[in-house]
Amino acid sequence: MANSDSSPAITVEHLRVRRGGHEVLHDISLTVPAGSITGLLGPSGCGKTTLMRSIVGTQLIQAGSVRVLGDEAGSRGLRSRIGYVTQAPSIYDDLSVVENVSYFAALYGRDTKAVHAAIDQVGMTPHGRHRGNQLSGGQRTRVSLACALVADPELLVLDEPTVGLDPVLRAELWKQFHELAGQGRTLVVSSHVMDEAEHCDQLLLMRDGHLLAQLTPDKLRADTGETSLENAFLALITMGQPR
Amino acid sequence: MTTTFAPPSRRPLRCYTATSARILRQLRADRRTVAMLLLVPTLLMALLYFVYHETPTMPGVPSLFDRVGISMLGILPFIVMFLITAIAMQRERTSGTLERLMTTPLSKLDLLGGYGTAFSVAAAAQAGLACLVSFWLLGLQAAGSAWLVLLIAVVDAVLGVALGLLASAFARTEFQAVQFMPLVVGPQFFLCGLLVPRDQLPRWLEIISDVLPLSYAVDALQEVSRHPGATAAMWRDLGIVAGFAAVALTLGAATLRRRTA
Repeated sequence: MANSDSSPAITVEHLRVRRGGHEVLHDISLTVPAGSITGLLGPSGCGKTTLMRSIVGTQLIQAGSVRVLGDEAGSRGLRSRIGYVTQAPSIYDDLSVVENVSYFAALYGRDTKAVHAAIDQVGMTPHGRHRGNQLSGGQRTRVSLACALVADPELLVLDEPTVGLDPVLRAELWKQFHELAGQGRTLVVSSHVMDEAEHCDQLLLMRDGHLLAQLTPDKLRADTGETSLENAFLALITMGQPR
Repeated sequence: MTTTFAPPSRRPLRCYTATSARILRQLRADRRTVAMLLLVPTLLMALLYFVYHETPTMPGVPSLFDRVGISMLGILPFIVMFLITAIAMQRERTSGTLERLMTTPLSKLDLLGGYGTAFSVAAAAQAGLACLVSFWLLGLQAAGSAWLVLLIAVVDAVLGVALGLLASAFARTEFQAVQFMPLVVGPQFFLCGLLVPRDQLPRWLEIISDVLPLSYAVDALQEVSRHPGATAAMWRDLGIVAGFAAVALTLGAATLRRRTA
């Protein structure tokens, strides 16, 4: 199950980020184990996206360190090993599904077979020739995901990948996320919906730019004495004590 | 258990060629833009032809259409390409694809080179059609070769692409990107020697015109207009235009940031 080497895929130490004149991430320290799914949960605006951008290396940071797969976050060597899916689907509206995924495949040096596999994985094969602007919001999200999957990355950073998807597809995607983790890949998946937490091996709970806790779903329930994760998260906030 | 991850193929220039092809595909998907891109400069040249149709011509002096028309063959592709590039790059920023690209193995020069190449191909087609129609249908006269005019027009278009990429770095919205057109193109157009010969400008304006690239583009075209062969002055002017384009592209790459606030 776990990778042969037990060193974490991501290590964040005392990370501070300022945006627009005020601090949005306050002294965040965490580790993400390799070969597992880590859920990044918290309400909208709590800093999930900023933390993810720090991990993929597109965020200017003020203090602290972010190490990813043994390298400084954002270093050149990491760019072919990380797949990042932004919250708003970032695909080209004037290109077809196949053309979009093929472009990202070319950037990562993957072949046509990988393109079709990635499109199939997100269930978009029947829409392969449709242009981005002909797709629904959920379909665009899936194409955006395929553009990251095609890279065959060791680390997948997914910013709210299941928002607006129908329940069947959501279940399918989570199944795929587990398969990817089973292959030794590391996934960081953000969500503002607590019921997604159930699918994760480990949770990072955030609020107002603070990391409240880093634990497993079972531990969260045990610590708070709640059965629903939603209530457990609430209890954790009212207890007001990290960990 | 250890998992091995497939290494990516190591083809040099793979990111650059894929990006050029992707941008050309995007352009092709927009049929109306392609049609306008190809036809608008040609139609403007035809309009210019009729504007000067009944003005008297003095013997021994090039007609107004010959003088203005040949300059326009360089200026129009420059303007169109500046505008299209600035907006295309701005779209890449606002759609979030730029942020995403910055996490991939794509280098900044791959991206700018891809834009430069794709739009230069479009510019060559545009300038080619405009030259063809001007010389063979509208009877534009030049002492030098029409091929030299085409070459200069394409280099002018590349300059437009490069300045458009650079300008887009300073625009936060598409509205701002559009406003850079009069700001960047206007003074160059007024001072390039088309409205008033550059040596007849007030001294301080002449000095300014000396550091604006479009002045050299128009000078080069006037050389072709007046001399049968390619002159040394023409090559020097063309080289200066190309140099400006290279500097603008490099500055554009420098202003592109992988990390943002």
